[in-house]
Amino acid sequence: MSFGWLLGRSASIVYTILVVSVLVFGITQVLPADAAVTLLGENATPEALAAVRQRLGLDDPYWLQYLHWVGRVASGDFGTSMRTGQPVGPEMFAALGRSLILAVSAIALMLVVAVPLGMAAALHQGRFADTATSFGSFLGIAFPEFGTAALLAFLLADELQWLPATGWVAIGESVSGFFSHLALPALTASVVLVAHVVRMVRSETLDVLHSDYIRAARLKGLPERRVLVGHALRNALLPVVTIVALDVGYLLGGIIVIEEIFAIPGIGRQLMVAITSRDLPSIQAGALIMAATYAVTNTLADVAYTFLDKRIRYD
Amino acid sequence: MTDLLGRLLRTPQGAIGCTLLVLLAVACVAGPWIAPYDPEAIDFLGRFRPMGAQYWLGGDQLGRDVFSRLVVGARSTVPMALAATLIGTVVGAVIGTTSAHLGGRLDEMIMRTIDAVMAVPGLLLALLLVGTLGNGSGNAVIAIAVAFAPGMARVTRSVALAVRNQDYVKAAVARGEGGSWIVFREMLPNVMAPVVIEATIRVAFAVMLFATLSFLGLGAQPPAPEWGLMVAEARQYVHQAPWVLIAPSLAIALTAIAFNLVGDGLRDALNPRHER
Repeated sequence: MSFGWLLGRSASIVYTILVVSVLVFGITQVLPADAAVTLLGENATPEALAAVRQRLGLDDPYWLQYLHWVGRVASGDFGTSMRTGQPVGPEMFAALGRSLILAVSAIALMLVVAVPLGMAAALHQGRFADTATSFGSFLGIAFPEFGTAALLAFLLADELQWLPATGWVAIGESVSGFFSHLALPALTASVVLVAHVVRMVRSETLDVLHSDYIRAARLKGLPERRVLVGHALRNALLPVVTIVALDVGYLLGGIIVIEEIFAIPGIGRQLMVAITSRDLPSIQAGALIMAATYAVTNTLADVAYTFLDKRIRYD
Repeated sequence: MTDLLGRLLRTPQGAIGCTLLVLLAVACVAGPWIAPYDPEAIDFLGRFRPMGAQYWLGGDQLGRDVFSRLVVGARSTVPMALAATLIGTVVGAVIGTTSAHLGGRLDEMIMRTIDAVMAVPGLLLALLLVGTLGNGSGNAVIAIAVAFAPGMARVTRSVALAVRNQDYVKAAVARGEGGSWIVFREMLPNVMAPVVIEATIRVAFAVMLFATLSFLGLGAQPPAPEWGLMVAEARQYVHQAPWVLIAPSLAIALTAIAFNLVGDGLRDALNPRHER
């Protein structure tokens, strides 16, 4: 991994964010809602509307409005929410923080469950445990996450009353409240991930188990535990890193639904609220921040992968 | 074609997937005639009627027959997903093939831009578009098609790059054919097979996306028996009648599984290495 390669990756992140900004701005400009009317209400006088348009620069050509917007965003100013009158930037980044906590917990939960399960399935290939795991993961992938979410909420919150069904508690307020509110959404988000990764871990482990160096390790007389953990696991986990990176993208999309169902004030829910209330600056900021997060995590995963796999050289 | 179908049906995934797809197709075409009851008939005495011999999947919060709603609802879910995938695939295939044909700097630029567009999660892009265009099934279809096009363009281009160096394309270039002739008549027909496989698998995603949009209230509107919408409506009453929520979720899952299986089966059937 050379300095030039890292530079290229960084340049591609910048390009990605630029394209996404054009896309987001373009889509939101087509919004039939007139921002001035949204701000002042239907009964505003034409003079007042004209004054607001003047102030917001709504009469400028699109490209100029875009440049103004990008200029402001680059200096950290995402504008003012039309709904709350508050600056959008701090609100969105706070929401992003909550979404990332949720995403990271889901991934952690997924790794704890999926890796042993996938390896167990590979070790019992063709037997009941394997078939059951395959079937379960098939259903887990195909079952819509809003269905999973509603069912888990019904079971764990309403019937068993183990966990609160909705809401979010900051860790500063109450540590136990934080974890109990996080548990259900994180569990839901991890279901699809587990289903996905179990299959991956299973097939990778099978590949590795049939390789020469595992046979060599066994012939050497190493205890089975060391063969599995020291040799097989390490090599089977490498591709999982890539999948996790791809799943972060899935998570950022899927999180919209999960946050909506469990009423978590993350970036997905903020964006949903912005879209339904046609709050232009919030839509633009939310979409841009989400896409940028995705681009950055993807690149980080690439970098991590090259660090882990010594065979890969990007020059 | 019949040969291909035969090979597809000989793979286990293909056989199961095709069976499920035939059932779905029947429900889409003849839904209202197969459904044992009127899917919109409200019957307050039958609220949350449990599953039974007469009402297979019971009744929902308005006493409507869940099984009938599922069967009729196939029509407002599956064709939408198919349409969205078809539009997205055609647009993506044209972009991808054109990009491969142009080659060089232009190709590089187009693909970088497509990579950047793909940095927007599909659901987010669809949400933005539906938010702009307005709620409704038609707009949801357009939104999903737009969200799919970049991915399909990527897949098509990778195939088209190989096709570009085939003799028949070189011959067309030597003959002095125009760009659109080469893209549409020489290259596109020869990239279809892998693109069709990819598209089949994508229908599963489209079903999921469309149902998700409807679930969020942005796609199909009530009282349509759209599956995602049915789940959304059943959520409030999940204590009284969990099956009203599970049934449409399972319908979505089975549809997604069916298209995935057929896609996998097609991949095996079209793969020359598997020929006997």
